[in-house]
Amino acid sequence: MELYDLSALALAAAIRDRQVGVAEAAGAFLDRIEKTDPAISAFITVDRADAMARAAAAQAAIDAGEATSPLAGVPVGVKDNISVRGLPTSCASKILEGYVPVFDATVTDRLTQAGLVVVGKLNMDEFAMGGSTETGVHGPTRNPWDTARVPGGSSGGSAAAVAAREIPLALGSDTGGSIRQPCAFCGATGLKPTYGAVSRYGLVAYASSLDQIGPIARSVDDCAALLAAISGPDARDSTCVVDAPFAFDQTPDEGLDGMTVGLPRNYFEGGIDGDVKKAVLAAAKQLEALGARVEEFVMPMMEYTVPAYYIIACAEASSNLSRFDGVKYGYRSPKAATLSELYLDTRSEGFGLEVKRRMMLGNFVLSSGYYDAYYKKALQARALIKDAYNALFKKYDLILSPVAPTTAYHLGENLDDPLKMYMGDIYTVPVNLAGLPAVAMPCGFDGQGLPVGFQLVGDTFAEPLLIRAGRAYQRVTAHHLKQPGREAE
Amino acid sequence: MSWETVIGLEVHTELATKSKIFCACTTAFGGSPNTHVCPVCSGMPGTLPRLNRQVVEFAIRTGLALDCDITRYGKFDRKNYVYPDLPKAYQVSQLYAPICQNGHLDIDAGGVPKTIAIREIHMEEDAGKLIHDPLTGSTLVDYNRCGVPLLEIVSQPDFRSAAEVLAYLEKLRETLLFLEVSDCKMQEGSLRADVNLSVRRTGETALGTRTEMKNLNSFRAIGRAIAYEAARQIDVLEEGGVITQETRRWDDDKGVSYSMRSKENAQDYRYFPEPDLLPLRVDDDWVERERAALPELAHQKRARYIADYGLSEKDAATLTGHKRVSDLFEALADKTAAPREAANLVTGELMRLLNRTGTLPEDLSADSGTLARLITLVLDGKINRNAYKEAVEAVFTEDADPDEYISAHGLLMLSDDGAVAEAVAAVVADNPKSVADYRAGKQQALGFLMGQAMRRLGGKGNPAAVSQALKERLN
Repeated sequence: MELYDLSALALAAAIRDRQVGVAEAAGAFLDRIEKTDPAISAFITVDRADAMARAAAAQAAIDAGEATSPLAGVPVGVKDNISVRGLPTSCASKILEGYVPVFDATVTDRLTQAGLVVVGKLNMDEFAMGGSTETGVHGPTRNPWDTARVPGGSSGGSAAAVAAREIPLALGSDTGGSIRQPCAFCGATGLKPTYGAVSRYGLVAYASSLDQIGPIARSVDDCAALLAAISGPDARDSTCVVDAPFAFDQTPDEGLDGMTVGLPRNYFEGGIDGDVKKAVLAAAKQLEALGARVEEFVMPMMEYTVPAYYIIACAEASSNLSRFDGVKYGYRSPKAATLSELYLDTRSEGFGLEVKRRMMLGNFVLSSGYYDAYYKKALQARALIKDAYNALFKKYDLILSPVAPTTAYHLGENLDDPLKMYMGDIYTVPVNLAGLPAVAMPCGFDGQGLPVGFQLVGDTFAEPLLIRAGRAYQRVTAHHLKQPGREAE
Repeated sequence: MSWETVIGLEVHTELATKSKIFCACTTAFGGSPNTHVCPVCSGMPGTLPRLNRQVVEFAIRTGLALDCDITRYGKFDRKNYVYPDLPKAYQVSQLYAPICQNGHLDIDAGGVPKTIAIREIHMEEDAGKLIHDPLTGSTLVDYNRCGVPLLEIVSQPDFRSAAEVLAYLEKLRETLLFLEVSDCKMQEGSLRADVNLSVRRTGETALGTRTEMKNLNSFRAIGRAIAYEAARQIDVLEEGGVITQETRRWDDDKGVSYSMRSKENAQDYRYFPEPDLLPLRVDDDWVERERAALPELAHQKRARYIADYGLSEKDAATLTGHKRVSDLFEALADKTAAPREAANLVTGELMRLLNRTGTLPEDLSADSGTLARLITLVLDGKINRNAYKEAVEAVFTEDADPDEYISAHGLLMLSDDGAVAEAVAAVVADNPKSVADYRAGKQQALGFLMGQAMRRLGGKGNPAAVSQALKERLN
């Protein structure tokens, strides 16, 4: 067994017990990345010297008794839209070429305080807009289960790196499914926290009212430990309204007796892939076997969730991304001679197609005369979706559903069909619109050996319940322990 | 056929909070370019605003002073536009639920009282500054001002003349200064007014098409710009033309305004609720706390000075012409227990010195302890009025120490030492005729003898002491 086969918690225990040094652990993963990542392209930036300096600092903090978290000493990868001081933060976009933040995101601070070691920055769809990690300027990330296929997105680099055992832990961000869907495609476990549970300070905004940073790992246990490290109130983010960080407690086996799980019947009709449906329904059976009562219901508002999501997300994005203008940092068109050329040329050359599409859509729905017809209606739909969930959580403790209608598709397959790509978000976006927490994890494989994931959605700040149920599921199943064939090596 | 001018004002005032509206950077004016900045106010990717509580407190106080309703569930909105002085490419402002609404301000324009309705007051952040370098043809950006908190105070179109506008601005400025929410320095841009103006035929009730004038940097410029724009619109209409709804820029050097952009080219700001800030809840307790914290305003001070100190209306008005002036007066009155003497000093000698040296009231920095010492000296007869005046000037212009200055210049009056008795004896001996005249009942002779004694003392004699010594000697 190699070091990279250990779970994050097991590796941290070995470091605590002085069987493994922090530098040794970081070095092992850096070697692993060097070896396997050329085939996967999960990382955008790996700076060995910087990582080893962070490892030395973490070892010193552990030795001094200052870093006592259950993950102290463990290497972690960070999605490239999260600021790490001194490392380029490109959001996989040309427009941020050469930009190196002068400050750490709050989550980066917290990783450091907890003694974790940032080893690099992970690939993504440009500005987190996409579900395939193909749209970035650095090229696509490949699915470790089949390198001809996408890893999902937008946190595809994070999920692929974890699945390929290049890193035990990663941070992703989830605006409309960007943690959960790549986890489903790559067979990883990821948790999208309640909006307001993790600080967004230092996360380059895509859609501010929907974005949330969360953990990606190979198990619910590891995700729970990482969530405990990064969550909690932050004076720098006034929308981070949680009272306290989630506690990490490794409660011994608990059944799911007395728990009621809702199953949205209409999620399993229409465009869903047969193998996905089978695996997700099997997961529901498994929860029943663990003691939960599973009840079917019809999810309301289903036809409105994707349109409402894209209107709101694009509206916010159009404003958030206007600051990238070539004036202060990042890419500046060398052709521009006047101020308006500076804006036009820089932005025309600096942004990719999907980002431009969403900014144009967003500007349109906010513009005078269309605001009421689109943006305001979308906000109303969002309020109704939130109401629907409130009603559902009076009846159910959790809602179980697929993460995506299909398993991982081929590179390039959906790039020219944005609507098809957007419809792939149908199970994930309502959760963001309602600001709810959800955990996604593997529940089987399709006929081609590709992972299938399911998600559990909880009420606001019900992360402990999600973790309890997910942990119970993973104790009696082995899907999350499977690893992609090592043909990449 | 006569015309009526209709004007509404949008006044921007920078708030005198220590730190900016959404970060901890200083709001101090000036500073080397880009030294009062941080990742938040320079709009670095991923940064988030956090609201400065004092901005809200100042906004509520301003609203209460202007009799506004305070919005209990306020929101911030993003105003999107692209310009290099705006690093986020949007200004956080309030469109849908401003902090204060439906207020008013009573003005007195040339003896005619009038009430101007205030539609709303909203909080927003200021932008940076572009500095054009004519030598290199390049433009530089200074973000120091980015995120300095602003209140925008929007009136209804209630003004009918430049005089009313100026009276309102003076009163508003006075109110903001006495609330201590802004230093209102027009030359530093901490008070700026945009003028919305239209004209209509007298008797009409519908509003004409308006223009908005910007870049008005002094009260004088505002007065001139209003006169120019009203005349321009009337000319256009009388020649059968139509007014274009547009934004115009005032050029104070040339005394003309010119079109910046028309309505067709007006920016679409694509306002939407700012998702990075939570709704702002203001409860009754908060409003009442701010009400209790409201300082005495200028008109309240004027009434008190007249009632309590017996000052004239004119002097009371001079003393409340600026917060700095009334602060100094109140400190002097308090330290000397001689409010009328303090009022005389401030309205007389100090105002003269301010005018003579071209010092603005807001830059008045005279120390009340020093001036109070001089008042005590003159009231105690230690110095005469001329010496007092001279010492006040020295304190004002050179920051002199009063006691040192008086002794260095020999200004202390002679009263109880031998010099007075000696001088009186000599004068009596030298002027037997006048002495005889006085003793014969001629009171004028005493004046002459006084003058002679003061002369012998080189003008430093305390008149009361000299007069007493002389009378004792003669009687």
